[in-house]
Amino acid sequence: MKLMTAAKVTNRKHIMPGYNLLRVHAPDIAHSSQPGQFLHVLCSDTLDPLLRRPISIHTVDKDRGTVSLLYRVAGRGTAMLSDYEQLNIMGPLGNGFTLPPANSKVLVVAGGIGIAPLYFLLQKLSENGSVADVFLGASSAGHLLRIKDINELGHSVQVATDDGSSGYHGRVTDICSPDFISGLDMVYTCGPRPMMRALAKIIKKHNVPGQFSLEERMGCGVGACLACACKTRTGHPEEFTYSHVCVDGPVFSASEVVWE
Amino acid sequence: MRTDINLGVNCAGIKMKNPVTTASGTFGFGEEYAHYLDLSSLGALVVKGTTLHPRKGNPPPRIIETPCGILNAIGLQNPGVDIVVDEILPRLQQFSIPVIVNISGDTPDDYGLVAKKLDQSYAACIEVNVSCPNVRKGGMQFGSDPAAAAEVTRVVKANTNLPVIVKLSPNVTDMVRVAQSVAEAGADGLAMINTLLGMKIDIHTMRPVLGNTMGGLSGPAVKPIAVRAVWQVFKETNLPIIGMGGITCADDALEFIMAGATAVAVGTANFINPRATVDIIEGIEQFLVKNGYSDVNQLIGKAHQ
Ligand SMILES: Cc1cc2nc3c(=O)[nH]c(=O)nc-3n(C[C@H](O)[C@H](O)[C@H](O)COP(=O)(O)OP(=O)(O)OC[C@H]3O[C@@H](n4cnc5c(N)ncnc54)[C@H](O)[C@@H]3O)c2cc1C
Ligand SMILES: Cc1cc2nc3c(=O)[nH]c(=O)nc-3n(C[C@H](O)[C@H](O)[C@H](O)COP(=O)(O)O)c2cc1C
Ligand code: FES
Repeated sequence: MKLMTAAKVTNRKHIMPGYNLLRVHAPDIAHSSQPGQFLHVLCSDTLDPLLRRPISIHTVDKDRGTVSLLYRVAGRGTAMLSDYEQLNIMGPLGNGFTLPPANSKVLVVAGGIGIAPLYFLLQKLSENGSVADVFLGASSAGHLLRIKDINELGHSVQVATDDGSSGYHGRVTDICSPDFISGLDMVYTCGPRPMMRALAKIIKKHNVPGQFSLEERMGCGVGACLACACKTRTGHPEEFTYSHVCVDGPVFSASEVVWE
Repeated sequence: MRTDINLGVNCAGIKMKNPVTTASGTFGFGEEYAHYLDLSSLGALVVKGTTLHPRKGNPPPRIIETPCGILNAIGLQNPGVDIVVDEILPRLQQFSIPVIVNISGDTPDDYGLVAKKLDQSYAACIEVNVSCPNVRKGGMQFGSDPAAAAEVTRVVKANTNLPVIVKLSPNVTDMVRVAQSVAEAGADGLAMINTLLGMKIDIHTMRPVLGNTMGGLSGPAVKPIAVRAVWQVFKETNLPIIGMGGITCADDALEFIMAGATAVAVGTANFINPRATVDIIEGIEQFLVKNGYSDVNQLIGKAHQ
């Protein structure tokens, strides 16, 4: 089910400098959302900024009928999001992650705000009794989100920062040792494109499948404008096509994407 | 809906139950929005630009927000006319509204071949796009030259019995001349305006932002230009006009109608409010009631009187 609705904001929290958590009352969306799906959120009640912003579903609470969004204040639109009593949202949109069979060995890699959709996945995994290894990467400690909550779900967390202010000093892909990767059944990730490209290369080498959540600039969010193009493979090795992140994704199989 | 108010218009021989349709490329093939509104309540449905062969479109980014507008460079990504005729149009029959197919080509012959394939299809009308700024060949190259635009119009007319609407580009010195030229070539109606050629540079990467460098500007930012274009062309030709460019609400739509548009198309506004079309239909009716009019046709070109 897809909806457009004016949802009451029931809670807003400034969780770290530059990062907000917003909870809205939207029972139908809370009940029908899958991890990896997103909402298309109207940021302004004027014509500027004009477009909606895609924001992932971070958690749902079916009992209370709420959905929460975790977002980085990136520019004008996201800066306005915490101003309202009500948010006009469309969703749930897109195709989410497919959960692994029970007892699979799973790695979840989040780059910065990439944890937003992955946290919902981690919740589902622990509901299913699965335990995942979670690697969080960020530029510095101030951009590492949700570590405590992930531990509380029963998953184990390792951290890498570019400046060494927390955990391993370097890139999150550097802590993906060949031995560890080759023993995995599935890798889930969301983060900056260069990180995902590097990770795609690593898992391809070890023949491990991956589900990658991509970002692209959007217009409609429903497959009508064809703006959110992402280069993907067809059956032929020489050929490619443009898929659309809003309807074919945002979650793609790593092997399907042309990483350039 | 009130029975004492007439919202119906006849636009280039197409009977529309109200004057509101969708702008090509902003509403997919309609089905994408079927969750959000009842498509059968639209006056007509204008679908994505269709070409003879499938097109991949341009590399991303394909869209950029600008003040009160957007720049797009989709590059006419579409499945090709055969899929549209064989698979998509038959599915749209269930909505019982006129479907207008927007077409593009690299050469006048391409346009002719596409028109011929549509002639026997469920399409009610062909909208000839001679104004796409986002493809290297064809598109705007025809629309910016009155003789070339007339040539494409003649070829399309020769290949179909469907009504033919020509979609004009604002990226020309004199839109009226192009309009007159396609009118003489047999066009049954005009659609205006397509997007305005524009671009944006990222000052941090020091490179153009769009994958295709330049793109087409649409949305509220272009509305005054579009209203002016409709006004000028209405004065100098006798063809019915589908007016568009930045329409977000009934007041905007009424401006176009008063400037001379028989019907209006909603484009970029669908992205912000998927129900913009139906909200506008309602708003037009309310305006008529409030101002003592019984028929929307009474307002067409009203600002000229
Ligand atoms: C499927 C999907 C899910 C997302 N989920 C989240 C999330 O859960 N939390 C979060 O913080 N961010 C998320 N993002 C990124 C978020 O959409 C952008 O940060 C946001 O649109 C920026 O808007 P702005 O007005 O603040 O920034 P500006 O830079 O002023 O935005 C200008 C324009 O560029 C677009 N844009 C800018 N950055 C991005 C981007 N990274 N991806 C897509 N469009 C962009 C904006 O939508 C807008 O149209 C997601 C993106 C996608 C595609
Ligand atoms: C994403 C996008 C795709 C478009 N694709 C087409 C197209 O395929 N053919 C066409 O004739 N016009 C196309 N247009 C132009 C619109 O139909 C319309 O003329 C223009 O956007 C102005 O209306 P608006 O301001 O209401 O969007 C496109 C516009 C947008 C924004
Ligand atoms: S945003 Fe319009 S097709 Fe994806």
